[in-house]
Amino acid sequence: MSLKLKIENLHVRVGETPILKGVNLEIAQGEIHALMGPNGSGKSTLAYALMGHPKYEITEGTISIDGTNINDLDPCERARLGMFLAFQYPVTIPGVKVADFLRLAVSNVRHPERKEGESLISMREFRTELRETMKQLNMDAEFARRYLNDGFSGGEKKRMEILQLAMLKPKFALLDETDSGLDSDAVRVVSEGLAKLSGPEMGVLIITHHERLLEYNKPDFTHVMLAGKIVETGDASLAHELHAHGYAEVRKRHPEEAAQEEEQQQEATV
Amino acid sequence: MQTAMPHISMTTLDGFESFLETRHEPDWLTQRRRDAFALYQSLCEVELEPEEYRRIDLRLFRPDSYHLVSQQPESGQASRFSTLMEHRGEFGGSVAHTDGHPVKSHLEPELLEQGVICCDLGEAVCKHEELVKEYLMTRAVLPDADRFAAWHAAFWTGGLFLYVPRHTSIEKPLHSLIGLATAKVADCSHTLVVLEEGAEATLLEETASANEKDAGLHVGAVELIVASEAKLRYVQLQNWNESVFHFAHQCGRVQRDGSLQWTVGSLGSKFSHIHQDVMLDGKGAEAQVNGVAFATGRQKLSFYTSQWHKAAHTHSDLLYKEVVRDRSRMIWRGIIDVAAEAQKTDSYQRNDSLILSNDARVDAIPGLKIEADDVRCTHGATAGQVDEEQILYCMSRGISRDEAMHMIVNGFFQQVFDRIPVEIVRETLSQSVQTKLGFNN
Ligand SMILES: Nc1ncnc2c1ncn2[C@@H]1O[C@H](COP(=O)(O)OP(=O)(O)OP(=O)(O)O)[C@@H](O)[C@H]1O
Ligand SMILES: [Mg+2]
Repeated sequence: MSLKLKIENLHVRVGETPILKGVNLEIAQGEIHALMGPNGSGKSTLAYALMGHPKYEITEGTISIDGTNINDLDPCERARLGMFLAFQYPVTIPGVKVADFLRLAVSNVRHPERKEGESLISMREFRTELRETMKQLNMDAEFARRYLNDGFSGGEKKRMEILQLAMLKPKFALLDETDSGLDSDAVRVVSEGLAKLSGPEMGVLIITHHERLLEYNKPDFTHVMLAGKIVETGDASLAHELHAHGYAEVRKRHPEEAAQEEEQQQEATV
Repeated sequence: MQTAMPHISMTTLDGFESFLETRHEPDWLTQRRRDAFALYQSLCEVELEPEEYRRIDLRLFRPDSYHLVSQQPESGQASRFSTLMEHRGEFGGSVAHTDGHPVKSHLEPELLEQGVICCDLGEAVCKHEELVKEYLMTRAVLPDADRFAAWHAAFWTGGLFLYVPRHTSIEKPLHSLIGLATAKVADCSHTLVVLEEGAEATLLEETASANEKDAGLHVGAVELIVASEAKLRYVQLQNWNESVFHFAHQCGRVQRDGSLQWTVGSLGSKFSHIHQDVMLDGKGAEAQVNGVAFATGRQKLSFYTSQWHKAAHTHSDLLYKEVVRDRSRMIWRGIIDVAAEAQKTDSYQRNDSLILSNDARVDAIPGLKIEADDVRCTHGATAGQVDEEQILYCMSRGISRDEAMHMIVNGFFQQVFDRIPVEIVRETLSQSVQTKLGFNN
C-alpha cells in the first residue's frame, strides 16, 4: 500500500516574516509532482519546512505521513521515516569522506532505531552497493574517498545529492533545483538518474525552473506557488505552459496573491 | 604500615641538596645540576619572556606545592594507566616511568646487538656516560632558556634515552610511557633521542595519570637530535588528567638531508605550556610538525612553536589543529625564523581552530622573521565555529545531532591525521578525540 505525505494548511514563517500562507499538497508514493513558481514565492521554504529545518517555523497546519503528524520531529527523525531533501545549496563537510558519511546515513535510515556507537551496516556490502550505484550514475569511484563536497564543482555537488538519494532510497524525495547550475550533459545524467531511481516506492517533489528534468520525469501533477500559496494545480502541460509563457498569466488569474507578492518585494527593498 | 616517602622540595636549596644525595651521579652531572639550580633561582627573579608568556596566567601555579619522591612510592608500583597506545601495537622496545622513576624497560635482542640503546636516562648515565654527557642539554634544549628549562635541568630524573647508530634502521616503533600515580608528585622526565647518520626510528611517547583527580606537575624536556640523512618520527601524546600542570621545552635539530616528523597530541592537563623548536641546521633538512589539541572544561593549553631555518634548501611544514569546548582556552604563537644564509627555504605554518562553545577561546598568532631574500614562506590561522547548517545537513540524512557534531570535529582533525603515516597513532588520536567528545562514555 502506498504511503501519503500530506501537507494541510501549512503556514511557515522565517523570523518574524510569514512566508507560507496555507499550503495544501498531497504526495503519494509513486507520484511525481512538479513545484514551480517565481523566485521568492516560497518553494525552498516549503522544502526546508518539510525537512524540519528549525529556522522555518510552522505556525499553523500539519505535515503528516500516512496520518501521523510529523510537525514536531527533527530532521534526523524525518529522514529516518523516509524523507529526503536534495538541497539547492549542499554544504561542505571537510575531513569527512563521502563513503563514511553515507555509510552512517544509510545505517541510520535503514535501521531507524540505531543509536550512536551501535554497529553500522556491513562494510563489504556497503562498498559494493556504493560502487555499483556510482557506476550507474556515471560517477568516478574516486569521489567516495573525497571529503564531502570539499572542492566539488557546483555540478558535482548536485550529483552527490543524487547519489545520496540513490543510496538512501527515501519514500519521499524533495529535489530543490537539483537541475540548476549543471551543464546540459550533467542535467541529462541527473534526470536519467532520477528516472531510474523513482518508481512505485518513491513520491517525488521536483522544484525547478527548467524543463529538462521534467522531460525525463514526467510529472503527474504540476503546482504553481505564488506568494506562499499553491494557487494552481494541473498536469504536465501546465509545467510546459509556464516554461513557454512565464508567470504573467498566473498573476492575472490570482490578483490577490500577485498583490501580496509585490508588497513583499517592496518590503524587501525598503 | 607504609613508610612515608621523604618529600623533596623543588624550590629550596635544602630540597635540591637532598635531591642530589639520592642521585649518585658523576661529578660533571652533579655540577651541571648545581649550575642549573643556581640559574633557576636567578631566573625566577626575572620576568619570563613576554612574547612567549604574556598571554598565560601563571598566578594559579604554585611551584612549592609539588615535590619529588626519592623512590617510587608503593602506591605507584601497582598503578595501572589507561594507556592509549601500549597495547595496540608491537614495539621494538619500550620504557615506562612512574612518578619520575623507571619501572620497566625492554629492547629486542637484535636491536641491542645492532648497538641500539633504548633505556631510561638514569641508567644511560651509568652505562653510556660519554654519549649522555655529549648530548644532554648541550645543543637542543639549553638550561638557560628560561626558568622552566633551568628547573628541569636541575631536577630531571627519568626519561627515555634512545640512541640509534649509523645507518641502522628500526622498523618497529619504540614506546615510552610516562605516568603519574601519586598526588602532588612532580615528573621531570627527559626524552633524549640521538639518531646517527642515516639512522631511522619511530618513537611513540605518551603521558598518563593513574587517577582521575590527583594534582601533579610535569616539568619536562624533549631533545631530538637527527644527524645527516637520518629520519625520525616522534609522537608525543599528552594525556594527563585535568589536574596536572605541564611545562615542556622541546627541541628537534635536523642535519643535512635529515628528516623529522613530529606529532604533538595535547588532550590532557589542567594547564600546559609547550615550547617547541624545530631547527633545520643542515642543507636539505626537513621537518613536518603536526599538532592535535583538544581542550574541554576549564583546560588551558598553550603552545609556542618556532621553525628555525638555519641552512639553505630547508623545508618545514607545520599544521596545528585545535578544538576548544566549554570554558577552555587555547593559545598558539608560532614563528618562522629564516636566517640570512637559509636561501631557498620553503616554510609553511598553519593553525586552524574550531570553537564549540561561546565561552571557549582561542588565540592564534602566526609570525614570520625572514632575513634571507629568496624564500617561500606561507602562514595563516583560521578560527571558526561548527556551522549549524552542516549539522542540519547531516541530520537531514538521518545522522543525529551528536553524531554529526562528532563527525564534524573528527573531520576537522582529519587533515592532520592524514599527514600521520603511523596507523596506530592515527587511530589512537582519533579515538582519544572521540572519547573526549563524550562518545563511548
Ligand atoms: N533563511 C531565510 N532568512 C530570511 N528570509 C528567508 C529565508 N528563507 C527564505 N526567506 C524569504 O522567504 C521568501 C521565499 O524564499 P524561498 O527561498 O522559499 O523562495 P523560492 O521560491 O525557493 O525562490 P527561488 O526560486 O529563488 O529559489 C523570500 O522572500 C526569501 O527572502
Ligand atoms: Mg529556492
